[in-house]
Formats: sequence, structure tokens, C-alpha cells
Amino acid sequence: MNIIIKNGHIIDPANKIDGKFDILASDGKIAKLGKPGSLSAGGAQVIDASGKLVVPGLIDMHVHLREPGFEYKETIATGTAAARAGGFTSVCCMPNTNPVNDNRSVTEFILSQARDAAARVYPIGAITKGSKGEELAEMSELREAGCLAVSDDGKPVMNAAIMRRALEYSKIFDMLIVSHCEDSSLSGKGVMNEGVVSTELGLRGIPYAAEDVMVARDLSLSELTGGRLHIAHVSTAGSVRLIRDAKARGVRVTAETCPHYFTLTEEAVRGYNTMAKMNPPLRTANDVAEIKQGLRDGTIDVIATDHAPHAMDEKSGEFDYAPFGIVGLETALALSLRLAGEDVLSIAEVIRKLSINPASVLKLNKGALSVGADADITVIDPDAEWTVNASQFKSKSKNTPFNSCKLKGRAAQTIVGGKV
Amino acid sequence: MSSLQSKDLLGIKGMTADEIKLILDTAATFRDVSERDIKKVPALRGRTVINLFYEASTRTRTSFELAGKRLSADVINISTSTSSVVKGETLLDTARNIEAMKCDMIIVRHSCSGAPEFLSKRLKSSVINAGDGFHEHPTQALLDMFTIREKLGRLEGLTVAIVGDIAHSRVARSNIYGLTTMGAKVRVCGPPTMMPPGIERMGAEVHYNMDKAVEGADVVMMLRLQLERQAAGLFPGVREYAKLYGLNPARVGRAANHALVMHPGPMNRGVEISSEVADGTPVILDQVTNGVAVRMAVMFLLSGGSKAEA
Repeated sequence: MNIIIKNGHIIDPANKIDGKFDILASDGKIAKLGKPGSLSAGGAQVIDASGKLVVPGLIDMHVHLREPGFEYKETIATGTAAARAGGFTSVCCMPNTNPVNDNRSVTEFILSQARDAAARVYPIGAITKGSKGEELAEMSELREAGCLAVSDDGKPVMNAAIMRRALEYSKIFDMLIVSHCEDSSLSGKGVMNEGVVSTELGLRGIPYAAEDVMVARDLSLSELTGGRLHIAHVSTAGSVRLIRDAKARGVRVTAETCPHYFTLTEEAVRGYNTMAKMNPPLRTANDVAEIKQGLRDGTIDVIATDHAPHAMDEKSGEFDYAPFGIVGLETALALSLRLAGEDVLSIAEVIRKLSINPASVLKLNKGALSVGADADITVIDPDAEWTVNASQFKSKSKNTPFNSCKLKGRAAQTIVGGKV
Repeated sequence: MSSLQSKDLLGIKGMTADEIKLILDTAATFRDVSERDIKKVPALRGRTVINLFYEASTRTRTSFELAGKRLSADVINISTSTSSVVKGETLLDTARNIEAMKCDMIIVRHSCSGAPEFLSKRLKSSVINAGDGFHEHPTQALLDMFTIREKLGRLEGLTVAIVGDIAHSRVARSNIYGLTTMGAKVRVCGPPTMMPPGIERMGAEVHYNMDKAVEGADVVMMLRLQLERQAAGLFPGVREYAKLYGLNPARVGRAANHALVMHPGPMNRGVEISSEVADGTPVILDQVTNGVAVRMAVMFLLSGGSKAEA
């Protein structure tokens, strides 16, 4: 089975390619790149990518697929369909399922459910058993079963000694520790950013310091132990500054942010909009500006979605009782491309943070259009103007704050292992 | 202005001075009804009012119930302990079921900020916020303003000190909006642990020193201290709190000679207010009396009544 993608503008940051080339994929692998019109293969399916961008298949390293346990919110089938619709060929799924992915059998179940999925699925295991923050989960077992990293995402590891041991122990395998940075004694029962808006709405606030102090702690622990740390969903200016400083002195840290943290502020919560309720919460314009600066100067390596599906019934009601989280897979690309429109990043830098950078962080041999690599390719129509209609999402859940937003840029084809 | 255009009363924020004045003026005409032998007017005869209370309340619920009954409405009370809430029904399902029985007005108290607004967007009935979380308690602010205007003749130009746990107080927020809209100056005072960020942006002056906050004030409005806040580390103990933020005769002496001492109740005697001060002012019970009149006015105006008919 051969595919030729013709006349597209290839952007492959890892291989420093940014220009017009055709690309041939054979038997699920990338076979050849050549000047436009130079490639041919018998019986090849031809995709005309005129006016389009051809980039490495996008990778989202922070997704909640909800299976097992919460199939009413999302399944591996619907979540990967959403990923593919959004241009993502690979996703990492977080372990806060029921049961928690803290052992080989859950990892194996996820991988077996993902066998025929629309996108590749790479599980992330739990740092601690049941993500309770008390005892380390069996990291070697998780790794052998197929987990690329460990995280107690959704909950912080509040006990600093446990986090220290996790970072130390991870060095056996150079396993990545993904940290959800939140000091729960400071965030308390908070439901949105603490500030002027929470005061006006009378909602309990989560101060930026709840994130900053945990980022500072984990950076220090990574420095102490030499363990490889990845800070998930950076939402505050303080986190950006702390990570920037740590990187400058050589701490082994990487970081991600999500499209909502560089697109929206706490103002989106007004009217008790549960679609703008997530953890960490939307912050202020000052935080948005610093996150953009962090994306620009490389402090933030990765754009991930923190795709967190919830049923409409759960999101419809009292703000205090609504669960945290929004879906993101089907809006992330267009929201990220806005950064190019605003001259925060070049298009190539946006693609880098959605492909080769997460692959490098995960030590996953993906994210580049190298000859011989899996033919995971995303064809992007950068000029497509469209209006978000959540009811059309492939995701089972529709909880997005971007419904009815006009966006520009969209995945035209998402090719996974040479299959369109 | 002689009538209200809105379907609901969710908060004082966004109300104009004319709207507030209309409610207070209308309340003045209803004030007399409660003094009569036959405490009833036919204004809302045939209308159905539901008190939907998701949080314990004696004073406010009774006040709304009396207000409705004195307007001849049929008033039904639903409180959490007796309703389907314990069965896990959602707020919206409960409200829709109530509306399906054809009620005209739902009065909501809820521990979650925004719950009345949520319902108002989804129900045809009028929704009155009877206190939501730390957000607003508009009828309390209206009755406070009514009482101040009744005693001091005006609101404009007055200085009102609100003292206590500002962060967790819907009464404080509604009063800040209302009093500043009516031209009064508001000082808020309490420990920094109970002062919400950005409160000054709502138009209040922030004080941590109570002596300074009450200096020359025309009104000293005390807030109830929730004693369980001590466990959360917001104050070290009742004794120290009373010393720093309790209203005693010496502090009353710092306020203006004609100063009113107010409290939305229920009072913690010996904590935020000394018994000497509490028993020395008639205003606190006048607030309760006026509460019925103000709620009659709100219910009447939201039902399409105009001041001329009242």
C-alpha cells in the first residue's frame, strides 16, 4: 500500500525541512521525500496537498481517555477518533481511570482496547498505588507493559518524600515523572483562580501559589535526585519563571502548557460557566503573557491538551459541584496556530511543540518525517476557517469553552501508519 | 421609574440607583401592612411562590414566607431535609419539577454561588436570590439600605463600616454594590485572612484596624463570624477576634454620635458584638421588621406590579 502526498508544504522541524516536497509512504513507513512531481509508485493513493501543510503526526502527551471506568465520558475508541479528527496520530492517556492504571493488567487492558483505535495510544502509569500518594507503584512492571511515563495526574503527590523517592527510583529506567503541580493545602476547596473575579463571583479561589510552590518543590527534588521531571499543564507566570531558572542551571526538566492557558483568562468563568472550570484554573492576562513568553523562549517545550471529557449532566448545575476539565483534542491545533498568527511562535515552532518535542520528552521514536519512520503524517489546511460546533465532536463529551468560536486551521487528513 | 423590567432579582450588582430607590419606596408603602390588624393585601392573590432553600435558614425563609402570605400569594416551603435533594436529584430537575406544577416565583437559597443565576437562565418563573454562597444576598442589602434611609433620612454621603469576615460574606458584597451605587462610602474591615483579593475594586476601602474603620462612621454593620473558620486557620481564637474586631461600647463611641449599629443575624454575642451593644440598639430588630416589607416590595414588583398600585 503506497501513498503519495503531493504539492504540500512540508514542515518537519526535527529534520529542518520547511519547503515544498512530495512524500511517499510505503507499507506504513515513510519511503522517500522528493521535489514536487519527482515521486511515483504503482497503484499509489495520491493526496493532493496543494496549499496545505504536511507535518509529522501530532502527539498529545496529556489526554484522559477515561477507559476503563468512565466509559460514559469517553472510550479509547471515541477519544482516539477525536484525536484523529484533531490531527493527532498519538496520544498518551493518563492513569486516573477506575481502576487506576497502576499495574500491568490495567496497562495491558488499555493497550488491547487500543489495538484497533483511530490513533496510537501510549499509556502513562501511576506514580503511586491508586494514585494515593502513599506507596510507589511498580514502575518496572508498568514500563515493561508499555507505559512511557508515570504520573498521578489529577492529584498532586503531596508527600515530598514520596516524590523524592519516585524521582530517585525512576533513574533505574530513566523513566519520566509527569507532575501535576498543586499544593492541595493551598488549593483547598477552590474552584477557580483566586483573584478579583473569584471575589466578585463569591467562588472559592485557588491561588497561583498553589501551583508555584509545588513546581519549586519538584524542581528542587529533580535537582537533588537527577530524576527526569516533566511539569504538566503550566498555568502560572511563576511556574514559567521557576522552570526557566531551573533549565538555565541544568535541571532535567521539561514542561507543557495547554491551549486554554494561552487563550483564555479567569474572565471566562463569569456567568458561572462550568465549561471554563478546569484544574489548574484559568488565570490572568499576566499569566497568559508569561506563558506565551515561555513558549517563545523554549521554557515550555510542549503543547498538550489535558483533554478531560465529562458528561453534560456533570457539567450542568452548580459551579462548585461541576467536575474540573475540558475536552481539547479537536480544537488544540487551531488554537495553537493562533500563536503563529500572533507572532508568538512560527508555524514550525508550533508544529515542533506538537510533535518532535513531546516525542523527545517521551523518548518516543516519532515526531519526524524521517525515511524509515512510521508514516504518521498530518495534513493541515492552515487557511480553513471553521466554527466550533461541539455537537459534531468525535469525542463522546462536548465540554468545551470554545463552542461557537471561529477558528482558522484544521487537520485535513490524519495518516496513522500509512492509513488515511 | 415605577416598575421593574427584569424577571429575576439575582444580585445588587448591575442595578441602577433608580431601581434600588423604586424598591425602597415601594417597601415603604408595604411597611404599614405589617402594622395593621389584618396584615394582608390582595396584590399577589392566585400567585404561587416557592421557597426553595438548600441551606438552613430561619429568619430569611420566614421573612419571605410572611412577605408572600401578606401579599396573599400561596407560599410553599421546600428545604433540603424534606425534599428529593437527599435522593440525589439535580438542582435543575428539582426546579423543573416545581415549575411543572405552575409556580410563578422561586426564591432560592443555596450554598453554591451562582445557583440562582443558573436556574434563572433555565426557568420561566421569576427567581429571587435569597443568598447564594459568598456571592450575593440582595434582599438583605435592600433591607439594610431601607433601614439606614429610614433612620438617617438618606444614603448618599454616608460612611458605612462593614466589619467581619468579608471574604465569606454575601451580605458584604451586596451591601458594597448597593451602598456605593446609592452614593455612600463603604469601608470594609476584618483580618487580612478574611479579606478577599480585589475587594477594593468593588468600591470599598479596606481596613484591618477596626478603630480606624469605625472612626466617624454613620453606620457600623457587623457580620456574623462562622466559628468553624478558626479550624481553617483564618483566626487564632474567639478571644483575640473579639478583641480586634468585636464591637464594644468604646468602639461605638468612635463612630458618629447618631451612628446605627446593624447586624444581619444571627449574632454571636461576645464575639463580633458585645451584649451591651446588641441590646442597646433597636436597629437590629428593625432590620428584621423591614425585611418583610422589602421582600413584599421585591415580590410585588417582579410580579409586574408598579409603585402606584402598591
